[in-house]
This record gives sequence, structure tokens and C-alpha cells, in this order.
Amino acid sequence: MELEYQGIMVWVEQRDGVAKPVSWQLIGQARRMAEKIGAEVYALVQGEQVEHLAREAICYGADRAYLIEHPVLREYRTEPYSVSTLDVIRQVKPEIVLIGATYQGRDLAGAIATHLPTGLTADTTMLDVEPNPSRLLLASRPAFSEKLMATILCKKYKPQMATARPGIFEALPRDDSRTGQIIRVPFDMKEDDIATKVLKFYQDEDRVNLEDAEVIVAGGRGMGGPEGFAALKQLADLLGGVVGASRPCVDEEWISHAHQVGQTGKTVRPKLYIAVGISGAVQHTIGMTGSDVIVAINKDPNAPIFDVAHYGIVGDWQEVVPELIKAVSAGKPAAAATGGASR
Amino acid sequence: MHIVVCVKQVPDSREIRIDTKTGTLIREGVPSIVNPYDLHGLEAALQLREQHGGRVTVITMGPPMAEKALKETISLGADDAVLVTDRKFGGADTLATSYVLAEAIRKAADTWGPVDLVIAGKQTLDGDTGQVGPGIACRLGLQQLTYVEKIVAVEGRRIRVERRLEDGLEVVETSLPALLTVLKEINTVRRASLPGMIAAARYKPIVWTVADFPDIDVTKIGLKGSPTVVSRSWVPEVRKVDTTYVDGAAELWEALWATDLPERLGWSAEEGA
Repeated sequence: MELEYQGIMVWVEQRDGVAKPVSWQLIGQARRMAEKIGAEVYALVQGEQVEHLAREAICYGADRAYLIEHPVLREYRTEPYSVSTLDVIRQVKPEIVLIGATYQGRDLAGAIATHLPTGLTADTTMLDVEPNPSRLLLASRPAFSEKLMATILCKKYKPQMATARPGIFEALPRDDSRTGQIIRVPFDMKEDDIATKVLKFYQDEDRVNLEDAEVIVAGGRGMGGPEGFAALKQLADLLGGVVGASRPCVDEEWISHAHQVGQTGKTVRPKLYIAVGISGAVQHTIGMTGSDVIVAINKDPNAPIFDVAHYGIVGDWQEVVPELIKAVSAGKPAAAATGGASR
Repeated sequence: MHIVVCVKQVPDSREIRIDTKTGTLIREGVPSIVNPYDLHGLEAALQLREQHGGRVTVITMGPPMAEKALKETISLGADDAVLVTDRKFGGADTLATSYVLAEAIRKAADTWGPVDLVIAGKQTLDGDTGQVGPGIACRLGLQQLTYVEKIVAVEGRRIRVERRLEDGLEVVETSLPALLTVLKEINTVRRASLPGMIAAARYKPIVWTVADFPDIDVTKIGLKGSPTVVSRSWVPEVRKVDTTYVDGAAELWEALWATDLPERLGWSAEEGA
């Protein structure tokens, strides 16, 4: 039977021709879901001179990339982006539309779900699909400050829509030999007809790439103030990593929001995560339990951070961190066995 | 300027605890508050009224107990506060909610004059979706500026704001009428003044029920008008792992060297990490 709505569409968010990682993460997840129901994965790429992103979307797992290039789409703005997205959704009729739960993604998703109209589940952290014939999107998300998870369905409307949190889903490895179809979609809108103008964009100076870091040394309320972060930075530099923080440190302005890991910050999955003076509230741990090896340093032996830590040191960071800096600086410990067990 | 501020009364989810034995929420004793982001929206509206004159109308959809939240907005300086309440509005998801609020804003425009600006918090504490604001903008044909961190200027029929994005700040301008959703960084919420508290104590919020919206499409409201349903909920399991406790930094460093991390991270014997 031919279904009226078919395929999983992913919105590719970009700035200056560079895609946000969540776009490829969602194409990866869409691919995994599509295999279950025998559907295709579509990418939607909008911008000015972004054909290379349509190609990249295919390398990351899309079967088809719908490409809309127009000068009014150079920067994200609600109106031209929602109008052109609606055009494509109405023509292609995907059964599922996935959008990154970024600021722009949430701005766009809220507008188009209302226009269509259809149901939209926000900020999902688990996405699955029921097998044929229902093909229902199982969109699950945390609720009540991460204390509960809920699965939300949209049974009677199509497409089923969800925004998904960056850093949760894994992108497929880029495969340059993958083939797919790039479909140009005509679009026209006059700049004069668009009320909103983007006047300027100030890139944050204190930028830190938590999502791609292999090592993160993160501080929490137990740091007691901004001063201790210098030591964390030193340790992170030695390990080739970056500094993270839990929310209280950001609220107290000890460090900028760019460093925040957890519910209202970034979701990270480094190879090594060292949590220093972090108690381990679920709002924090939800953003870091995907790390391969977790080390917790905390003077409270009952801190919940030890529940998720592979290695724990019960002690004062003011003693432990300088010692650790010394040990790391000295290089490979004499007693260390080589080629140890893998995790 | 006529500014409408949308607010919601929410349980303070920061205070909600989970009964770990039954896996259910303990709602008892959890205070109801005005969604904190919405108070920043109200503050932004009050400051604009101080600069440009006009009026601030607050609208909420909710059960009768939400009157308390409206009185709080009056104590802070709102001119009027409307409670949109009816059992038929209950069980609404974001799509049905934005429909009813948009109808209420139309009615506010009929009652007090054309609306120039609608302001809401970036999201609610309990729903956390951030979808209702864009939904309202879409239904009323308003220009939509979300995640606003600063209102730079309102000049004539143009408004300029700074929007927060993951990697920076965007300065954007649009024309009125517009809808803004705001972050808590936009301002510091004032405290209620004594005259404000007296005004709030005397104030009786305006109540609009389904009957007050003769043209409303009842298939688009409440549970019936909501395409999404919660199919199940559960308490997420914390991934508990067996923790190896080590005695100090040196011992930790040795332990890490015994894993596959040195190989995967390219630590070399001579230089260490």
C-alpha cells in the first residue's frame, strides 16, 4: 500500500555554510529509524551557497537532500525559513520531521508545526519508531527538571514532529562514497517583503568546544569560587582537554555559560570526564553520563556523582588537583602496566 | 503601546520530588509560582510602558487557582489581568494552547485597543517546550523574535533586540506588531510595591470562558484540539557504575594508565598526556 506520508526529514541547520553537528546526529538517528520501517531519509538544506551541505548530508546518511538556495536565506530568519520549509514539507509529505532543539531550531519548529498544523514534541532525548504498519514516532523527553521521562505520540496528524537535543544522538561516520539525490527546490521571496533584518552577529569570545572534546575537566559548586578554575584549566590543558562546569558555577558567574554541561547546557560524551567538586544532580549527570570514563573528585563520600563515576577520589580538590597536575606533568607513571584492559 | 504579556502558573518543578519506590511524582506541598521566565517578560513590558507609555495586559490560561498568579502580576504593575479558564480548555497541548491564547489576545485588542507587542517567557518550567510563543505569533501573523536577551530600542514601528544563540549574540530588527520570548538575562524583576500589593489585593481578575469566545472553533481547543498525547512516563534510571575508589591523584593517574585511555587519547610514555 502506498502511504500518503513517507520518509523521515531532517532539518540541516547551518551558519556561514557550516552545519551544526546536531544536523548530522539527527540524520544518523533518522537512518537507524528508517531501517526499521523501510523508509528513506531526507535532508532539508537552506541557505545561500550551501550546495556542499546537501552533498555532506548524503555522506552522513541521507538518501535525498532537498536544497533551497536564495539570498534571503543567508541568515536564519523565521519567516523565509518557515515559508520555504513549509513548501518542502507540503510537497514531499514526510511522515516524520526532526529538527535540532537549538534556539533557531526551536524557533522554526514552533512556527511550522502551528502552520501545518501538527503535533510537535520538544527537546527529545530518545527517538524511536514503531514497526510497520503503525510507524508511530516514539518521541521521549525529560520532564520536571529531568526527574521524569515521558513518551509522546502524535497519532492523527502528519508529519509527526520533534525537536531533539544536540549531543544525544550519534552521527554516522562520514562516508564520501555514499550516493544520493540532490533535489533543488525553487523558492522566491523578496527581501523588501521581509520585516525582520539581521543587523549583526557577535560571536562569543569565550568559545569552548565541549561537544567535540575528548577530555573534559569540569568544576562544580565545590570549587567555591572562580579562582579554582585556573587549576582546572591547567589540568585540562595538560590532558589536551577543555574546562566544563555545572550550572551553579555559571549562575554564580564563576565561568561563562559556554562551559556548562547538563540540562540547560551541553550534552557531552568525551573519552574522559573529570568531575571536580560536582555533587552530581541529575540535571548535570544527564549531560555527561555518555562519557567513556568518568572520574569524580569530591570531599563528600555520599555525593551522587560517585554513582556514575568509574573512578572516585574522596578528598578536597585543593589537594587532589595540584597533585594530579604534578602526576600528569611527570608523564607515564613508573608503576603503570602498558596496554591495559579496555572499557 | 499596548503590550500583552502571556504568563502561566506552574508547579515549581525545582521542588518536585520523586517517590523512588512507586516511581511517581510527589506533587503535595509543591508551591505554584508564576513561571519565572514570564515574570521577566512582564518586567520587560513594564519598562517599555515606563519609556513609551501605554498599557500592559496580562493573560493566562489555566484553572481558577491561577488567579493568584494574576494578582502577583497586578502587584508588580500590570494594568489588567485576564484569566482564560474553562474545563473545555483543559488538557491542551502547545498547539491548542497557542490557539486559545491567540484568540484571547484578539479579544484583548478588541477590548483595550490594538496590540503592538506580545511578550512571553522563553519557555515554562513545567512544559519546557518554548513552542507556545511561536505558535501565537504564527496564528496572529506577528513578527517573531525568540530568546531575546535585550531590547535595544523601540523607534516608531520598529523594534531592535539582541537574541542569544548557542555561539553568540544576534542583533535583529523587526516591525511591530511583534512577539518576543525572553530569557531571564533580559532584566531583574522588580519587587512589588506596597501600593501594588494593595491594588492586587483589591483586584478581581477578568475571567473569560468559552462562552466569551463566540467564534471559537471548539474542535481546536483542549484535549480534542491537541494532536500530542503522553503515552507513558517513567523515572529515568541513573546509570550506576561500580566505582573504583583510589587513594589520591598518583594512584588515579596509575589507574587511568591501566585503561585503554592512553592509547585512545594518544598519551605517550615520554611526555605523559
